[in-house]
Amino acid sequence: MTDTARYERSDFQTDQEVRWCPGCGDYTILASVQTYLASLDIDREKHVFVSGIGCSSRFPYYMNTYGMHTVHGRAPAIATGIATANPDLTVWVITGDGDGLSIGGNHLIHALRRNVNLNIILFNNQIYGLTKGQYSPTSEVGKRTKTSPLGSIDRPFNPVSLALGAEAAFVARTLDMDRNHTIDMLRQMHEHDGAGLLEIYQNCNVFNDKAFIDLTDKSTRDTNRIWLEDGKPIIFGPNDEFGVVVDNIGAKIVEVSQVGADAIHVHRADDPNPSVAFALSRISQGPYGPTPLGVFRNVKVPSYGKVLEQQIAAAQTDKGAGDMAKLIRSRGTWTVDA
Amino acid sequence: MSDETLTEERPAPERIDDVVIRFAGDSGDGMQLAGTQFTASSALFGNDLATLPNFPAEIRAPAGTIPGVSSFQVHIADWDILTPGDNPDCLVAMNPAALKAHLHDLVKGGLLIINADAFDDRNLAKAGYDTNPIEDGSLDAYRMLTAPMEELTKEAVKDSGVKGRATLRSKNFFALGLMSWIYQRPVEPVMDWVKSKFGEDSPVTNANISALKAGYNYGITTEAFQHTFEIQPAELPAGEYTNIVGNTATAWGLMAAAEKAKLPLYIGSYPITPATTILEELARHKNFGVKTFQAEDEIAGIGTALGAAFAGRLAITTTSGPGLALKSETLSLALMIELPMVVVDIQRGGPSTGLPTKVEQSDLLFAMYGRHGESPLPIVSTTTPSDAFDAAFEAARIALKYMTPVILLTDGYIATSSEPWALPDLDTYPDISVPFASHDEADGPFLPYERDPETMARPWAIPGQPGLEHRVGGLEKDSTTGNVSYDPDNHEAMTHTRAAKIARIQADIPDVEVHGEGDELLVLGWGSTFGAIRTAVNRVRKNGRPVAHAHIRHVNPFPANLGDVLTQYKTVLVPEVNTGQLARLIRAEYLVPTVSFNRIQGQPMRAREVEAKINELLDGEAGE
Repeated sequence: MTDTARYERSDFQTDQEVRWCPGCGDYTILASVQTYLASLDIDREKHVFVSGIGCSSRFPYYMNTYGMHTVHGRAPAIATGIATANPDLTVWVITGDGDGLSIGGNHLIHALRRNVNLNIILFNNQIYGLTKGQYSPTSEVGKRTKTSPLGSIDRPFNPVSLALGAEAAFVARTLDMDRNHTIDMLRQMHEHDGAGLLEIYQNCNVFNDKAFIDLTDKSTRDTNRIWLEDGKPIIFGPNDEFGVVVDNIGAKIVEVSQVGADAIHVHRADDPNPSVAFALSRISQGPYGPTPLGVFRNVKVPSYGKVLEQQIAAAQTDKGAGDMAKLIRSRGTWTVDA
Repeated sequence: MSDETLTEERPAPERIDDVVIRFAGDSGDGMQLAGTQFTASSALFGNDLATLPNFPAEIRAPAGTIPGVSSFQVHIADWDILTPGDNPDCLVAMNPAALKAHLHDLVKGGLLIINADAFDDRNLAKAGYDTNPIEDGSLDAYRMLTAPMEELTKEAVKDSGVKGRATLRSKNFFALGLMSWIYQRPVEPVMDWVKSKFGEDSPVTNANISALKAGYNYGITTEAFQHTFEIQPAELPAGEYTNIVGNTATAWGLMAAAEKAKLPLYIGSYPITPATTILEELARHKNFGVKTFQAEDEIAGIGTALGAAFAGRLAITTTSGPGLALKSETLSLALMIELPMVVVDIQRGGPSTGLPTKVEQSDLLFAMYGRHGESPLPIVSTTTPSDAFDAAFEAARIALKYMTPVILLTDGYIATSSEPWALPDLDTYPDISVPFASHDEADGPFLPYERDPETMARPWAIPGQPGLEHRVGGLEKDSTTGNVSYDPDNHEAMTHTRAAKIARIQADIPDVEVHGEGDELLVLGWGSTFGAIRTAVNRVRKNGRPVAHAHIRHVNPFPANLGDVLTQYKTVLVPEVNTGQLARLIRAEYLVPTVSFNRIQGQPMRAREVEAKINELLDGEAGE
């Protein structure tokens, strides 16, 4: 915390007891978000947190900002109303894999395609936690839960691929336990004008513990974390021995020594063509083995709220400010004399 | 053809008080347009009028078939009328299917105007006629006038620049011109409209005006059409009038409410018949600062509206029955977190997709009870197309003052029908603005559920205001702090508080007025049955029989005097376009027996039928 910072993390904490299970990944995410907000020169009262239903959706109660805990799956729609009604606000959507991708999938994709000024944080724990352990739209095939005792036969979503397919202009992924990277992703999403989706792999230590073990265990994580950094070649591994190449068919992992450093793909999040970002999102179909983390896509598209304001300003310039007395006479009138 | 022809001397027209005309044709024949323009010139002429469009749910059902028939009924009069009329005195049938679908409604001896060109073997077969009704004597009970409208239209528009089959598109203007002659309507307003719509000198403008004049002049020059009618301007109260369609009035009423509330208007909606035209109308007025958001579905429609309400806007969502079902969950959240919003439900025939373009009053109980949990909210209803302006304003007033969602019920008849509207003095409408919350930190923490002692409304604290940061949500709230509370006593108290707040609105709405006399029979109605009931009651009273009419605007809570009014009558008759939903509410609330009269045919209540029912009840009581 520098001397110039207006806020401390505690300014964004409420007096409400945080009721997530001890050890839940949500705690770390809450801390990352509060830390990031405290670092900003934005009035606290300009932040609005909107959530749906689920464990993660209790989030607004723990943020000392304006907040709405709403209806299952509908947070992106309600947040769209806030953000378009008053574009001066900074609106955050807190959702999960069940809330955002199952019951609320429709609102999520439409908020993304419209590029409404929303920062959407998707807590992906690959399980329904609040209802005590049923498979979710991101659970792996074969997952045994109370509602899939013989193993899930649902094919899962890849949330990053889905968002890219929905015309999202900003898409990123991070890990709950990596606070510095989470804060960097929050910053980049917030600085992007329009809708952003940040998928956070969030550990549910009660109903789906170690779902992200490939990416978090000390013995495997360096081999499996593929950091996407804008303008840099995509190289990973304990000794930077692996890289990603992109060809007409897609993206694939190679040994740098076999293709040469020049063949390695240089990541450009602002590539106007979403196909490369999509190809990168297909390197893994979940947190299994080598998985890209970072900003997949970050392109400039006019945000919905701003364009709406421009239309209103243009209409007022064009037609003048509205006059109800004139409007009710606009369809032709006649006078009956006394 | 010259303009002078239009002012040629005419045989003296027969003067009549009123007439009900129905234009009927294939849904591609332009009957809605012909009817609307006939109405507009009648309005500018100063007649009182009421209209009833009737069209199929399909955009283009198979041409020439009965399901593809579209019609537009207009009642014009020199007196103050209340309904679009029960049965037409004149039917314009552009093809055999239109004749077949509507002939049974035409009064015996009525005028039948037929486009003879459409009565060929193919069209007759499509409509199910074995023989041609023009020739087989089956129409002898009517005064039939036939004209080869297609041939004459083709001939009239041949120099317009419109070619081929497109020339036939102007035949509705031929029919309109002919009807304008028969009923002595001015055609100049129609020509002005055509020019403004299609351009001063475009081929389409030339074709339509040529066809219009050809139809008018055909009336003048053909001996068969010598009989014309004249309806003098109505003796309406002095004032400035416009012809208003119900959904337009609703949209304008909401805009007026926003102005008087000093708030920007925000509407989040998904297109659904017959509500869509409200969204369309509001979308045209961005210069008023109106924000319209076409959502991805009904749920997002109300969701965006709720978000806008939280952000401090006058929030609206519009829908019809199936959409109201989808909005139900979010509506419960809105009343749980106590934010103002107007939900406009244009009732249509149900359940499910039902009769999407037709009228029904069957969402009343759904509006009352169609939510999970104990979830009361105010309901305001609408009596006529122009009344929708005041009803929308009233719904917004209640929503803002009491921090609650309000359901405004109109229906498919009000939505698409029109009538003259005496333009109000907007300065006489009250200021309905409410202050946003403010808070002095010296007074301790901000309490988002601390209520106004008079209205029981909680404060409206909008994002952007420092010191008022707070969280709302669907979980039960502590009665003052607004923090999540699972306390049993608190939940019971909050349940009663939410109900008491709505009940308290009763003290803030006008008493129901009684029209008529006697203590025998009260006819109690709500919504768009107003015109039919009032007309029926007045006819019975004209015959010297005592009967009274009361009509409810506020369906929840009811007006304070309603219980006392009901108990003054031996019989309470409740006509509704449903199976008796208001009657159930009345019986449950007041333990008063009622007699229901129900019509569920997708059509507005008919004055004639209500009149017959009133007479039947009066006869029964006289006989006792």
